Amino acid sequence: MNDLTIKTELAEKILTGFIRTELHRVGFKKALLGVSGGIDSALSLYLSAKALGPENVLALRMPYKTSSPDTLEDAQTMIDDLGVQSMTVEITEMVDPLINHYKDMTKLRAGNIMARMRMIVLYDQSVAFNGLVMGTSNKTEILLGYSTVFGDSAAAIQPIGDLYKTQVRQLAKAMGVPETVINKAPSADLWQGQTDEGELGFTYADVDQLLYLLIDQRFSPEACIEKGFEKTFVERVIKLVRQNHYKRVMPPIAKLSQRTVGYDFLYLRDWGT
Amino acid sequence: MKIKIGLAQFNTKLGDNQANLNKHLALIEQAQGQSADLLIFPELSLTGYALQDLASASALRPHQDDPIFEDLLKASKQLDLMVGFVHEDRRHRFYIASAYLSGGKILHIHDKVYLPTYGMFDEGRFFAPGDSVQAFNTRFGRVGMLICEDFWHASSPYLLWLDGADILLFQSASPGRGLNEKPRLSSSEWVEHTNRAYAGMFTNFVAHANRVGYEDGLNFWGGSTIYDPNGDLVVRAPDFEESLTVAEIDLDQLSRTRARLPLLRDERIQFVQRELERILGEK
Repeated sequence: MNDLTIKTELAEKILTGFIRTELHRVGFKKALLGVSGGIDSALSLYLSAKALGPENVLALRMPYKTSSPDTLEDAQTMIDDLGVQSMTVEITEMVDPLINHYKDMTKLRAGNIMARMRMIVLYDQSVAFNGLVMGTSNKTEILLGYSTVFGDSAAAIQPIGDLYKTQVRQLAKAMGVPETVINKAPSADLWQGQTDEGELGFTYADVDQLLYLLIDQRFSPEACIEKGFEKTFVERVIKLVRQNHYKRVMPPIAKLSQRTVGYDFLYLRDWGT
Repeated sequence: MKIKIGLAQFNTKLGDNQANLNKHLALIEQAQGQSADLLIFPELSLTGYALQDLASASALRPHQDDPIFEDLLKASKQLDLMVGFVHEDRRHRFYIASAYLSGGKILHIHDKVYLPTYGMFDEGRFFAPGDSVQAFNTRFGRVGMLICEDFWHASSPYLLWLDGADILLFQSASPGRGLNEKPRLSSSEWVEHTNRAYAGMFTNFVAHANRVGYEDGLNFWGGSTIYDPNGDLVVRAPDFEESLTVAEIDLDQLSRTRARLPLLRDERIQFVQRELERILGEK
């Protein structure tokens, strides 16, 4: 087993500084995010409140009619605990017309529609609230591509995107996220009974160990198998990482001119700030 | 002889020499208030670090008539300064550079020799590499300057040591990385071990200014330090916080340490030269 233990005080210091600096330098004081009641958005909420002050953070609850009521309550507990601003926008009446429009609608399509509707609500509120949308994706799901492109992956900055799920749990605990939120089975809550680990077919604890070797430590697949990981598991994870890379990069622009965005027109996003 | 060295660490505005100059001038004024004799700024302190295509637009030609340098040279009449900037040479090559200013004059310019172009770094794509390291004389004795990756290669401070530098001035914009269970990032630990090793092995003073702040997702960890010729920590600036840290060093410590530990006296340069020639000849 690799030790994925992190010094949580140090992570908190770097990440709150990141949120504060990256917002302030582009003239924003406020942030908003979707709070599902799950651990990733919970940690992002606690980090944002700490970085910007609770009065500058808006937590949006965006339930669908099948969303778990427990989860909504957990979100409320955290909102009350932190004293952040909050708003509940039910998305059922916005997404159902599209979902019901097609007879052959699948769970996957409906889930994507919900994730993208939440993105629309968040980006609309970002103008009304004059804040930036905080991402809530962790390193495990970014690598596995376990997200809806232009849906939950849409954000201005990604504070917890370099923390594996295992590490998100550590930091969440250290920052006072309620135990019920930390201990519940991770779920996108797009349909009843859905869990990440059920859908992926492996646990975060296991895949984090493997990803740490493959990505952080640059182990070859063969070396991971030698270390004791099942060959089929290693192959499946590598395939997921590779197949979903398109979700991690900007869409490629076909190069024609002498100077093209993305290839030889290179600036940080913080250009001039 | 005792001198006071100031270590400045702050967040920069990317590609904006004028805005960053204003921060320099404010810190210089503060350092003067604390009677600093020398103030060291981090790597690319006038421009910010990850310039990419801003490199050419941010470049300066250091001389009296340059409006940025004019203000810095004026300030250097009060205290010596080491600043970081993009240096454009006569042939329009761009370097990551350090300038040492004193008494209204530019005493020395060092162009970064080792440009990291791997992993998260892409300096070789945007900058030309310098090709010399040279010590130079100041009112405090002989000094050598290096920039970040320069001192990840042991040969650079070694050459400065042989060239007579008793004080090594390092500047960097070191992105923090390697979060684990320890209280500091592994990048911070690594740099500090290295600087301490140089101080002890060269029986020199090593002063290092590292910036703070963020550029996109990169954090810079600060933690600027001074080590004395015994390898003991003189002062450490806070991690991640903008700060000015002024500490006194006693240059007489060089003599005391070298009386105890004559590593410089016993260094055999001809032997190094002979072995280098053999190694180069065999290749």
